[in-house]
Amino acid sequence: MIGYVLRRLAFGLMTLWFISLAVFILFYVATPGDPALMFAGEYATYEQIDLIRTRLGLDQPLHVQYFTYIGNLLRFDFGTSFVNQEDVLATILRRLPVTASLAFGTVAIWVAIAIPTGVFSARRAGRLPDRLVTATALAGMSFPTFVVGTLLFYVLFFVLTNAGFPVFPSGGYVAFTRDPLEWLRHMLLPWMTLAVVGAGTYTRIARGSLLETLNQDYVRTARAKGLRENKVIYHHALPPSMTPVITMMGLDLGGLLGGTIITERIWGLNGVGSLAVQAVETGDLPTIMGTVIFAAFFVVAANLIVDVIQVLRNPQITL
Amino acid sequence: MSTQSTSQSASLVSGRHRVLKRLLRDKVFVMAASFIAVLFLVAIFAPLLIELIGHGPNEPFRETGLTAGGVPLPPNGEFLLGTDVIGRDLLSRLIVGARVTVFVSMTCAILSVTIGVIIGLIAGYRGGIVDLLLAGFIDMVLGLPLLVTAIALVSVYGASFTVMIGTIVFFTWGPIGRIVRNLVVAAKSAEYVQAARVLGASDTRIMLREILPNIAGQVLIYASLLIPQVIVMEASLSFLGLGVPPPTATWGGIISENQLNYAVAWWSILFPSFALLAATLAFNLLGDSLRDALDPSAANKGRVK
Repeated sequence: MIGYVLRRLAFGLMTLWFISLAVFILFYVATPGDPALMFAGEYATYEQIDLIRTRLGLDQPLHVQYFTYIGNLLRFDFGTSFVNQEDVLATILRRLPVTASLAFGTVAIWVAIAIPTGVFSARRAGRLPDRLVTATALAGMSFPTFVVGTLLFYVLFFVLTNAGFPVFPSGGYVAFTRDPLEWLRHMLLPWMTLAVVGAGTYTRIARGSLLETLNQDYVRTARAKGLRENKVIYHHALPPSMTPVITMMGLDLGGLLGGTIITERIWGLNGVGSLAVQAVETGDLPTIMGTVIFAAFFVVAANLIVDVIQVLRNPQITL
Repeated sequence: MSTQSTSQSASLVSGRHRVLKRLLRDKVFVMAASFIAVLFLVAIFAPLLIELIGHGPNEPFRETGLTAGGVPLPPNGEFLLGTDVIGRDLLSRLIVGARVTVFVSMTCAILSVTIGVIIGLIAGYRGGIVDLLLAGFIDMVLGLPLLVTAIALVSVYGASFTVMIGTIVFFTWGPIGRIVRNLVVAAKSAEYVQAARVLGASDTRIMLREILPNIAGQVLIYASLLIPQVIVMEASLSFLGLGVPPPTATWGGIISENQLNYAVAWWSILFPSFALLAATLAFNLLGDSLRDALDPSAANKGRVK
């Protein structure tokens, strides 16, 4: 058990190292032309370009650059922004609550919709209600996030507000610690934006997995014992069939925490995702690199945590 | 040997026949396939269609396409789907968008499936170092967030078709490779593969002539479900301005260009949204029907009691 966790941890760290190497190669080695020139912008003076070159260590040999880079990463030093001279990690962490509100709320809504609907659908497998659910889920999955966001913005903000019901704001973020109700009001539409797409996926996973479990021998035995159907489903079949849902949930949470770029942009939320977009628009190299590595960190951590939880739930799984 | 392979191919043909019959009876499949056929025709004949409409996709009609106050026109006799924020014909732009969508999604799907199948076959059949490298690489890809990486790439190389297609393929071939690898590992111990090996078939022959035809159905299912994902990726990248550079019309790009115009020109957002949704839904439904037809056991699993 402990051996497995240590192996997974080593594997996760290696994945992170690979990703950091890929980022280094992309920005320091494979860049067409001089990175310093590129990030200085069109109107930079020679002194500014030289300054950037020294600051990035671009005048050093490549292996020295690499060791500086990896050494800084290991000390959680992502450098300072070219634009406002602020510490990159501090900026990311300051914006994290926005993205975290979005991510955790979204995943909660996915699961809250998907598990009851999946159970409902699986119990009526092959019949009309099940087909309707499956078709609706597929339609939901087919919506790109930005289309959902744009349409929600139009209907629930613009049309509703024009009709005299200003229920939802057009965007922006209010900290939970400042005003929990306003926080909720501002988060509802962004949550719905992400919920439409994911709820369909999760419903299909929950339905499929539950159906598979219901066909297992032990469920047949439970039924043969004369247990009530509700008890068979909720006590015997549902808990073990949630494994793929938990896996997906963990992975998606990791992905969302790394930045929900489109949703943040549509709803004017200043989270980690919009930081990445802004950094590209301003050519802020340390911030771009910081957000990529930060996002990768969450995905790798989520992978690790999911695997460990699965082993705790079912010790038969081994690497 | 020859009798065995003829009887095998005969059963394969009759099997294909059965699958086709099953598909043609499936109304959802017929509808989805018809829509996709129309989409392809529009994409292929886009220049011709635009000639017929008479409005170039990038041509701003400031006099006829906007009101005196500079507001876009709603759908009317001259501009069938209305005009966009600078007076361009929305229908012409949607047609070009269809061409981009079909071109990008097909290119990406073909590239990812080809790479995935080749690497998956080798990794599954040979095992060893290729298998380890594949597993490691896929874990790395899954650890990278698509949009953030695309942003990083675009910031270095600029936005272009090549960068976009490269980014999408980079993110999509791995999962296919993993699926193929698992199918090959399962097939390797099957009797028909062992029989071929006993008969002295070379490894390449076993991989390409024995295993590949047997897993082709599964690969086809995943490929058809990959296409809607690619369409969404392309549209999302274009929406963020990281995909096809303007003025080339793309569905995601049209939505993004007109987004701030929602109050005066709902059509310029609604029609591209609808096109995008219809295309992804059609491919998703097609993939679902294919799975039901090629793998009837999966469909029957759904029927408890």
